[in-house]
Amino acid sequence: MSTKKDDRRKVRLRVLRQDAPDKPSSRRFEEVEVDLHPSMTVHDCLEAVRRRPVNVKGAAIAPIAWEASCLEETCGACTMMIQGRPRQACATLVSEVSPKGQPIVLEPLGKFPVERDLIVDRAKMFDALTRVRAWVKLDGSASPAPAEGQGAQQGRYELSSCIACGACLEACPEVHDGSAFVGAAALNEVRALNLHPVGRLDRGERLEAIMGDGGVADCGKAQNCVEVCPKAIPLVDSIGELSRETTWRWLFGWRR
Amino acid sequence: MSLASPGPALRSEGGKLRRVAVVGAGVAGMATALELARARVPVDVLSLLPAKRAPSVASRGGVNAALDVNGEGDSPRQHFEDTIRVGESLAHQPLVSAMCEAAPDIVHLLDRMGVPFHRTGEGRPAARRLPGSSHARAAFAGATTGHAAVSALDQQLRRFEGEPCVDARGVEIPGEPLVRRLEHVELVGLVQDDAGVCVGVVTQDLRAMTVKATPYDAVVLATGGFAGLFAGGAASALSLGTAAAAAYRQGAVFANAELIEHHPTATHGHGRATIVSSAARAEGGRLWVPRDPKDLRAPRDIPERERDYFLERLYPSFGNLVAHDVAARAIHRLCVREGGGVRDPRSGESERAVYLDLVHRAARLEPGQLRGVVDVTTRLGAGDPLAGPVKVFPAASATLGGLWVDFEKGEAGRPVRGSPRNHATSVPGLYAVGEVEHQYHGAQRLPGNALLASIFGASLCAQAVASYRGAMARSAYDLPRSIFEKSEKQRADEYAAALAGPKGGGEPLSPYALLDELRAALADGCGVERDDDGLARAEAKLAELDERRAAVEVTDSSSRSNQAAALARALPDLIDLGRLVVACAKRRDESRGAHARASHDARDDGRHLAATLARRAPDGTPRFLDAVEYTCVGATVHVSAAIDTSVVGPLAREVPRPHGSGRVSAPPAKDREPKRPARAERGGADKKDRPAPEDEEA
Ligand SMILES: Cc1cc2nc3c(=O)[nH]c(=O)nc-3n(C[C@H](O)[C@H](O)[C@H](O)COP(=O)(O)OP(=O)(O)OC[C@H]3O[C@@H](n4cnc5c(N)ncnc54)[C@H](O)[C@@H]3O)c2cc1C
Ligand code: FES
Repeated sequence: MSTKKDDRRKVRLRVLRQDAPDKPSSRRFEEVEVDLHPSMTVHDCLEAVRRRPVNVKGAAIAPIAWEASCLEETCGACTMMIQGRPRQACATLVSEVSPKGQPIVLEPLGKFPVERDLIVDRAKMFDALTRVRAWVKLDGSASPAPAEGQGAQQGRYELSSCIACGACLEACPEVHDGSAFVGAAALNEVRALNLHPVGRLDRGERLEAIMGDGGVADCGKAQNCVEVCPKAIPLVDSIGELSRETTWRWLFGWRR
Repeated sequence: MSLASPGPALRSEGGKLRRVAVVGAGVAGMATALELARARVPVDVLSLLPAKRAPSVASRGGVNAALDVNGEGDSPRQHFEDTIRVGESLAHQPLVSAMCEAAPDIVHLLDRMGVPFHRTGEGRPAARRLPGSSHARAAFAGATTGHAAVSALDQQLRRFEGEPCVDARGVEIPGEPLVRRLEHVELVGLVQDDAGVCVGVVTQDLRAMTVKATPYDAVVLATGGFAGLFAGGAASALSLGTAAAAAYRQGAVFANAELIEHHPTATHGHGRATIVSSAARAEGGRLWVPRDPKDLRAPRDIPERERDYFLERLYPSFGNLVAHDVAARAIHRLCVREGGGVRDPRSGESERAVYLDLVHRAARLEPGQLRGVVDVTTRLGAGDPLAGPVKVFPAASATLGGLWVDFEKGEAGRPVRGSPRNHATSVPGLYAVGEVEHQYHGAQRLPGNALLASIFGASLCAQAVASYRGAMARSAYDLPRSIFEKSEKQRADEYAAALAGPKGGGEPLSPYALLDELRAALADGCGVERDDDGLARAEAKLAELDERRAAVEVTDSSSRSNQAAALARALPDLIDLGRLVVACAKRRDESRGAHARASHDARDDGRHLAATLARRAPDGTPRFLDAVEYTCVGATVHVSAAIDTSVVGPLAREVPRPHGSGRVSAPPAKDREPKRPARAERGGADKKDRPAPEDEEA
């Protein structure tokens, strides 16, 4: 906790709002102000607004809608654009994004359909996991898993911390309305499963799934995804590795 | 579960596909749905948000299973005894015993699904010793085990979403996947037939705000706990207990609502807390306060000998690894009752916190071992516990009580798999599993047992539901539509009323403001230590809130994602649930596990070796029961509130709570010989001397 004296007493938010998915014309910025407390997060600011929903002019407004669950940057629900960058509202301190007391600009993620205010519909992220067949085919037995080395586990652990927040899709130039690209998160999941001692058994199926349209070849190597990943997952490495594996499979698929 | 038998018809007489509903997509809900899918029972999984957002992701420390990878002589029996001791004998022993025996297979299952468990040199899941355990027993994935379990279960569920329903003759039913997910919906009520049997759910679409009743042959609640009702707590924003409260309103019996777990090491946040996982203590974290309560120096400037490692002093054998309730109460006593703890250097006021220190371990931890602890506390501005001591204090984190559920004990004294009584609530056709139900932990949870109980319970519950569905005389899908229309209208009217705004009750107030007051009242009256004044205050406050709820005003008239209106609709139920908690806390006039009564310091097995059972009376107040009587597959079942202690009898706990007038703070320096215990590494995973399970003096 910061015990440093904080002499600013209010923080101003500029929030891009929209009333419903079918009301794009309702898009507008709304300015609100809340009392500042030490170690306050953007989530806390939004909570303060909904307790007393008025704008800076003192007019009553509808509370601002956003999603939240874990409140500790583990579930991805509260991801939004904060000062132009995809971040988790629950883990973003006001002092970090408004060090000099500048207004904090909040917008919904731009690569997903807006549901209301800061809520977007991220169904396509989850659909991508189905497209890449991101699962292990367990049988009904109760046997122990095959052994795995400590180094292998650590590598897989790195890759498995995705919180499905959508930041990597948001930052990716290849993800847009006209593209079928599954995105870095789903590709990374393929790599993680292909490294698992059981998941490895059907790695071929997963590789096939990312060899076609919208697959790994659609990556334009902008490398923005690693920059914004809150869990610092080595997404570019994952994509590079899968590119090699799919190429190999395309050339010599009959051997593996 | 045998898949060979043709099983019950897949379609109702009217030709509808007979589904069951699992409400909740956390670890418990997903594991139940998977088990049902494997038994070929068509299932819908309903949740407030997609599964990857479930509160279960916050679970960190690990999953207990006596695999004994460290060769310490651990066994399921030891696991069982630790569970019973820490839970102060308030859990049914045959169930706990079966759970501990199944635990190794559950860890293997998660391992095979892809949970990246930390490894031993031989490539097996490694184990850490979590607080309260006598052995290193928790398999863990960094300090993000819950997140990893959620991801793996979510993947498995996705696999079954792609599979069709197949009838007894092996014919696929087109357009009917075995598993369907319905996300962004809230359960707002149960549909009950004239006999009170649960035959479906009423849900609200949280985007379109429409209210709908849907038939289901059976309904499983896996909706998690309600620790979100406590101010300053560390629970998920989804953990308000709206579904449990709705079931309680409709007659489901509640058990042990007073048992609220307080995690001892939460860090500062604004109006709420974030837990520093038990993994931190498991990996050698030590708790201390300055010996001199007036010491205002920065923690790093306080030399070793001027620090009081109070848990090590009070509990030489378990040290920092005492269970959560023991640690929480010691911190509470020290900081609140005795005015000690860390002080704000500017004001000199007590911050009601102690230091958690991992600095001495920093060099010895393997990469990733505390990931998910360090990064989150650092990002939230609480500091990096590996770099310097961080301030921690107790915060409400989970609920131990919940909907009462049954289990059937067989001849060998073990739960009967496949009995429709397992996990049945007192409402026929309604089942409950995971944190929403009461039966696996007793009065305090053994850390690392929650995920385990969710998954073990899921398999027992899914089999029970399959049996129940198989034995149904008439499918819910063949009931007259009017039953559903009536429920739907009732709930839609409630929502419309919430939206319409104040109906008196004084000054209009926002639903969030009322929720804040409710949360503050519960934290005040039912915190770490409950005193009679606090309970009376909370009771009065809740009665007042019940009056004032009529004044709740929703300033948002939108018919799209109207979060304020959804909360306003749920508030009456939540107030009733709050009143239940306070009433149960008053009724249990003893101290046991997470429930500490200032005026009744001792555990009283003579009067209280039983669940606190209550059902809602028409005026909203709880009516206490000595037994539950309900109908299960045509038979009347009578179950008393007494706890089944048939395996080992009631056990004393491993170390007693701080109690009586005994002080927790260190005596003044002059009265004490300056002995330095040779326990600098106390509580580490590398600890050699295992504590005796006997009591030790406080
Ligand atoms: C900080 C923290 C650390 C923990 N650490 C550990 C640990 O190390 N080891 C351990 O074993 N346990 C731990 N636990 C406890 C454990 O995480 C939980 O007990 C367990 O995950 C609960 O799982 P669940 O599936 O029952 O419920 P949840 O994960 O809470 O899921 C509830 C589900 O129900 C849905 N839902 C809720 N209400 C409704 C409604 N009205 N309508 C529709 N859907 C609804 C939600 O959307 C969600 O999908 C920890 C808990 C916390 C908070
Ligand atoms: S609420 Fe879960 S990441 Fe912010």
